[in-house]
Amino acid sequence: MQGGLWLAVLAGKAAIRVCRLLGWGGSTLPGRVARRVHRGVLRGLASQCRRGTVLISGTNGKTTTTAMLSAILSRAGLSLVHNRTGANLVVGLAAAFVEGADLLGRLRADVGLCEVDEASVPAAVRELSPGVALVTNFFRDQLDRYGELAHSVAAVRRGLELLPEGATAVLNADDPLVAGLGRGLNRPVVYFGLEEAGPGTGAGFETADIRHCLQCGAELRYEQVYYAHLGRYSCPGCGLVRPQPQVLARDVQPRGTRGSDLVLVHPGGSLRLKLPLPGRFSVYNALAAASAALSLGVDPGEVVPGLEGFSPWFGRMESIGLSGRRAFFTLVKNPSGFNQVIDMVLGDEEPKPLLIAINDLLADGQDVSWLWDVDFERLAGAAPAIPVVVASGIRAADLAVRLKYAGLGPSRLAVEPDLGRALKLGLERVPPGGTLYVLPTYTAMLGLRRLIHRGGFARPFWEAGRAARARAGDAGAGGGGGRGGGGG
Amino acid sequence: MRLVICHLYPDIMNLYGDRGNVIALDRRARWHGLEPVVVPVSLGDAPDFEKFDLIFMGGGQDREQGLITADLLQAKGPGIKAAVEAGVPLLAICGAYQLLGHYYRTFAGEVLPGLGLFDVRTEAGPTRIIGDVLAESKLSGESRTLVGFENHSGRTFLGPGAVPLGRVLVGGGNNGRDGTEGAVYRNALGTYLHGSLLPKNPWLADYLLGRAVERRRGGVRLARLDDALEDMAHRAAAPGAARRRGGGGGLLGFF
Ligand SMILES: [Zn+2]
Repeated sequence: MQGGLWLAVLAGKAAIRVCRLLGWGGSTLPGRVARRVHRGVLRGLASQCRRGTVLISGTNGKTTTTAMLSAILSRAGLSLVHNRTGANLVVGLAAAFVEGADLLGRLRADVGLCEVDEASVPAAVRELSPGVALVTNFFRDQLDRYGELAHSVAAVRRGLELLPEGATAVLNADDPLVAGLGRGLNRPVVYFGLEEAGPGTGAGFETADIRHCLQCGAELRYEQVYYAHLGRYSCPGCGLVRPQPQVLARDVQPRGTRGSDLVLVHPGGSLRLKLPLPGRFSVYNALAAASAALSLGVDPGEVVPGLEGFSPWFGRMESIGLSGRRAFFTLVKNPSGFNQVIDMVLGDEEPKPLLIAINDLLADGQDVSWLWDVDFERLAGAAPAIPVVVASGIRAADLAVRLKYAGLGPSRLAVEPDLGRALKLGLERVPPGGTLYVLPTYTAMLGLRRLIHRGGFARPFWEAGRAARARAGDAGAGGGGGRGGGGG
Repeated sequence: MRLVICHLYPDIMNLYGDRGNVIALDRRARWHGLEPVVVPVSLGDAPDFEKFDLIFMGGGQDREQGLITADLLQAKGPGIKAAVEAGVPLLAICGAYQLLGHYYRTFAGEVLPGLGLFDVRTEAGPTRIIGDVLAESKLSGESRTLVGFENHSGRTFLGPGAVPLGRVLVGGGNNGRDGTEGAVYRNALGTYLHGSLLPKNPWLADYLLGRAVERRRGGVRLARLDDALEDMAHRAAAPGAARRRGGGGGLLGFF
């Protein structure tokens, strides 16, 4: 086996070099080449991870959870191999492991982190024999037709049933679809979940499309709804109840767009955690990552610094208090960065009104063609998550056309080239205490900041006086005028 | 009616959002009540080009162009030429436009052969021509404007067998000298304009779709779509071009 594995690694590495030279990011070629040389290349390399592999699946939060787990494990001194989700899962995984191996076909990694789409979980489990399999949540994809959700859940169940002896399943206790996977599973399960006082916010429940038990069809009863179909539930038909989580978050105090403070309870005790990412879904992702790390035997003392030091890739964020409403800024300037911001924006189910402002001055890049390389189709497909997009800036119309061709209907699209009027328009769509997500190019960012600091452009809208204090987020907003554009 | 759009080398030739042209053709075809199908055709594929209703090829950098040249000239060239002779509409942007001409002569004097579909030749230039472009075109029978963004160092010159796609009002165009932009041969169009071109110039997208439908059905006119946003983007791009020209020689030597 070693000879074939070695040749496969060499061939795969050569293909990676070729793709880099040609600028084919994300090509499936290296994985295909390596597998053509030796079909068992993935199995051979994955089995070399000293502490095993972790499989991460579910509808939302895979990428953030994986990044958080990676931060914890790195902090704990473990070396990692990590894939990115892509079209062809097994081929993509093979490429990631080939890249992590040396020229002799040896993998010098402690843990392999593998993000896996739901449908591919059985195949991935067969190839990877993971020591930990984590499922975040199940939501219906906006583009999927009715019924496909059950299909995804069934695929993940088949995968979990294939887990090797000694493996642990890490499951979201608050999602009845995920927690149901633990029933009758012949492997140990670590559940994670929230503990909130009171009846819960109930946010999103009216649009929750999963209110019925997947196992027996009865309508679920909720004591608390945390978000959509996530909460404290029980099924009157088959007796499914929310399992008691072993890893849970208590006393969650949101700190606006800066993150949340919470107490992380684990089987060995509890720890205070200042999570640097905002939103309830970030809490879920952190719980999932912590549970997986603990299942791998990481010391609980390493979990908190790992999560607190987690710096999201989408830096350059500022939040500026605007009398109860907030504007949350992140600079956009090229397709890959913009696509990551879209990942972030769609990373949880909270509705996010967007203001996108595209200028074409020297510091922005004068060519706005790159807008056509951004995956706006994903924003358009996420109707409840993105209720409205305000297109603004000098090239507002170019952006509006791009959004129209991405499938965003006129009822969700507003065009207002003037930055001040666009900001007002966007904030009017934000409920009190809510957040407007602002994605500007460089000079549009400067213009919007000036408007907010001056504070007077829409005084009737947010009370005077507060705006003067809005300077808090005036961080340097790094990044000079990198020109966008797809090539040189 | 099914409308089959061939996207040539989509994995290799996509510069400055050129794929937006295919998105525009696909969406607009759907809005016109057609059933568009986009077929990616890349290295090693050998389809029957006359079965396509429309052919599109985007630009690439030197390395990418080098990668596809042999495949384009030998494996696909005769088929593409036959399809264009049979009236299949084709749109080639920037590097693809250059590759479909007779040749590209590098600064060192090396001659890189092209397909010779358009009667044009391209010489490497000392500087890049970069900026917004405003051009006037009578392609559809009436005078229309074209807006886009150009970024090229090659200077393209038309032979007697090529008709320019338009006349440059603002910008460099084919070579920065003779005021021409792009080339037309039968229903095949070559141009330097990125932008993406078709979403901001919906009349040109509909011209190509119209030619494709006419070839199958004859004499069918496409309905007018609501292009309020597209027209707004067209207008927003055009004064930008004028502004920059007024700003004094900002078109050249940006890099
Ligand atoms: Zn039930």
